[in-house]
Amino acid sequence: MKPLITAQGLSVHYALRGGLIGPAPFVRAVENVTIEVAPGSFFGLVGESGSGKTTLGRAMLRAAPISKGDVMFDDGEVEYSLKNLGKKDLKDYRKRAQLIFQDPYAALSPRMTVRDIIAEPLEVMGLTKSRAETDDRVREIAAKCRLNVEHLRRFPHAFSGGQRQRISIARALVSGPKFIVADESVAALDVSIQADVLNLLKAIQEEMGLTFLFISHDLSVVAHVCDHVAVMYLGRLVETAPTRTLFSAPRHPYTKALLSAIPSLDPDDRGKAQKLEGEIPSPTNPPPGCKFQTRCPHAIDHCRMEEPILEAAGTEHNVACHKWQELSHRS
Amino acid sequence: MSRLIDVENLTLQFDTDEGRITAVDNVSFSLEAGEVMGLVGESGSGKSVTAKSLMKLNPRNAIYGPDTNITLYLDDGPVDVMSLQTDHDMKIVRGGSISLIFQEPMASFAPAISIGDQMVEQLLIHTSFSPTQAKELSIEMLDRVGISDAKTRFGQYAFELSGGMRQRAMIAMALSTKPRLLIADEPTTALDVTIQAQVIDLMKDIVSEFGMGIIFITHDLGVIAQTADTVAVMYLGRLVEHGSVRDVIRRPAHPYTRGLLAALPTLDDIDAPLTPIPGDIPSPLERPSGCVYNTRCQEILGPRCAREVPAFSNVSADHTAACHLHDPERGSL
Repeated sequence: MKPLITAQGLSVHYALRGGLIGPAPFVRAVENVTIEVAPGSFFGLVGESGSGKTTLGRAMLRAAPISKGDVMFDDGEVEYSLKNLGKKDLKDYRKRAQLIFQDPYAALSPRMTVRDIIAEPLEVMGLTKSRAETDDRVREIAAKCRLNVEHLRRFPHAFSGGQRQRISIARALVSGPKFIVADESVAALDVSIQADVLNLLKAIQEEMGLTFLFISHDLSVVAHVCDHVAVMYLGRLVETAPTRTLFSAPRHPYTKALLSAIPSLDPDDRGKAQKLEGEIPSPTNPPPGCKFQTRCPHAIDHCRMEEPILEAAGTEHNVACHKWQELSHRS
Repeated sequence: MSRLIDVENLTLQFDTDEGRITAVDNVSFSLEAGEVMGLVGESGSGKSVTAKSLMKLNPRNAIYGPDTNITLYLDDGPVDVMSLQTDHDMKIVRGGSISLIFQEPMASFAPAISIGDQMVEQLLIHTSFSPTQAKELSIEMLDRVGISDAKTRFGQYAFELSGGMRQRAMIAMALSTKPRLLIADEPTTALDVTIQAQVIDLMKDIVSEFGMGIIFITHDLGVIAQTADTVAVMYLGRLVEHGSVRDVIRRPAHPYTRGLLAALPTLDDIDAPLTPIPGDIPSPLERPSGCVYNTRCQEILGPRCAREVPAFSNVSADHTAACHLHDPERGSL
């Protein structure tokens, strides 16, 4: 199947201030990332803060500058190369690719009714011709997100976190997108509500045939909702695999450490976790060679000199580590 | 072990523009020295407010219930916290025998004063150290919590430290006065999992070294399972379950605790469906009558749940739950 969206050697660099002599310094927020997201998939993107997952998500929406490489979008109706997108095509792309934010308290205007919030994309993009048509469309999408007509008249402050996130979802869906980036969309919610929003996202995805890029730092959530996962570290992709493979046979030492750091629900598991020393380095001053070498328990001289490239470790399973084969024999 | 604190019938209300809100409703618990108690609940359950009440650190519009009784057992004898009135009196408790670690260390350090100066300042207030001694102790504490090059860090500002470092510095500062009780309010929530694991390790080392009691507030049951000895579960200002960490997590007795555990995605079975607790947490202005959980409960027994506040009953030794399910006379529904 042809991928819906493909990042091809994508890099996002941000210029830094300073540098009177020589070229201006820059931060490599995302460096040479290649991923393919199949239509209808729920693609997870995980990593610690500062790993570049949000920047990658934004670049795929053309909301971050593409410095090198490209992002290709092909939904069967249109084909876009995001790097060279004209104004008119960009407007059309906005309709097809949408974003759900993390904080439902900050993402909704307190001065607009829920109806106006959900209707705004339709009006801005000129997708409906009359007010009646807009209202119909808003009601239809709101119902999918379990919001009734009464809810539409109210203002966001009257809603709880879970309800607000459902309003955000409705707003993202109203323009009829094919691709949705959900950036930490359940991170701000309580556990009892989080499960409800995740189930809703899954149901909507299946019903409307959407493709999700699900950005999260929470691996247990990703394990439950995603079918494919990519792990990032310091702007690089370190491992990608189908969810089941990634969680049953992780190959990259960073993925293993991330999985091991999740606090277990079993009180008798104490102290069993494999601990990772140190912290993620600053992207303004990345270490040479493999970016993970400063924290990796298996690093050798080779890792400090040469950056590993992504190589196949199984069906649809790629890993960027010099020592993955040796390590997989050991465990 | 010796008793550290007794909290009896803690009730706390706030006068707001929209009316009087009950934030904590008749909560009682005790803590031994060296015990780590996890206080779990979702946002709005009253866990932070409960912990702050132990040092009367709530805003001016707070009204404590008349039956509220908080007794702190110190070396010099018991202290009745509710009877302390002036800020001066409160010094025994605030920053003295009780220290507090906040969730967001960036917001809890003053941005324009160096980390070291803030550590020294509180030591000068709460101890009889000279400035030189206070500085030495502060550097030693920074070193103890795993901050490399503590001497340099001592002169740095909060923005120069990473999130994990800041939280370590916060812990060093909270511990330098040698408190008897440490209240840790979501200390790892803003941290990445790998850093969270480091901070949890650090806190465990501290308990075994200093032997203090810890109230560990979190919404993350995994963190609780890895750190706490006992667990208290709160919902809408009420304590609903209390017991040892193994009992509460393996044999949860209250439907709310069961619901929380079922809603949690785990890695043991990634194909298992996620089960949300239906409905939303009610607004504190519309507290349900009877059992506060009756509007969302999946094991509701009948009209009695909406009518009568369930009392605590023993599920097993040292494991109690406030639910009519465990009422010895549940025949009369």
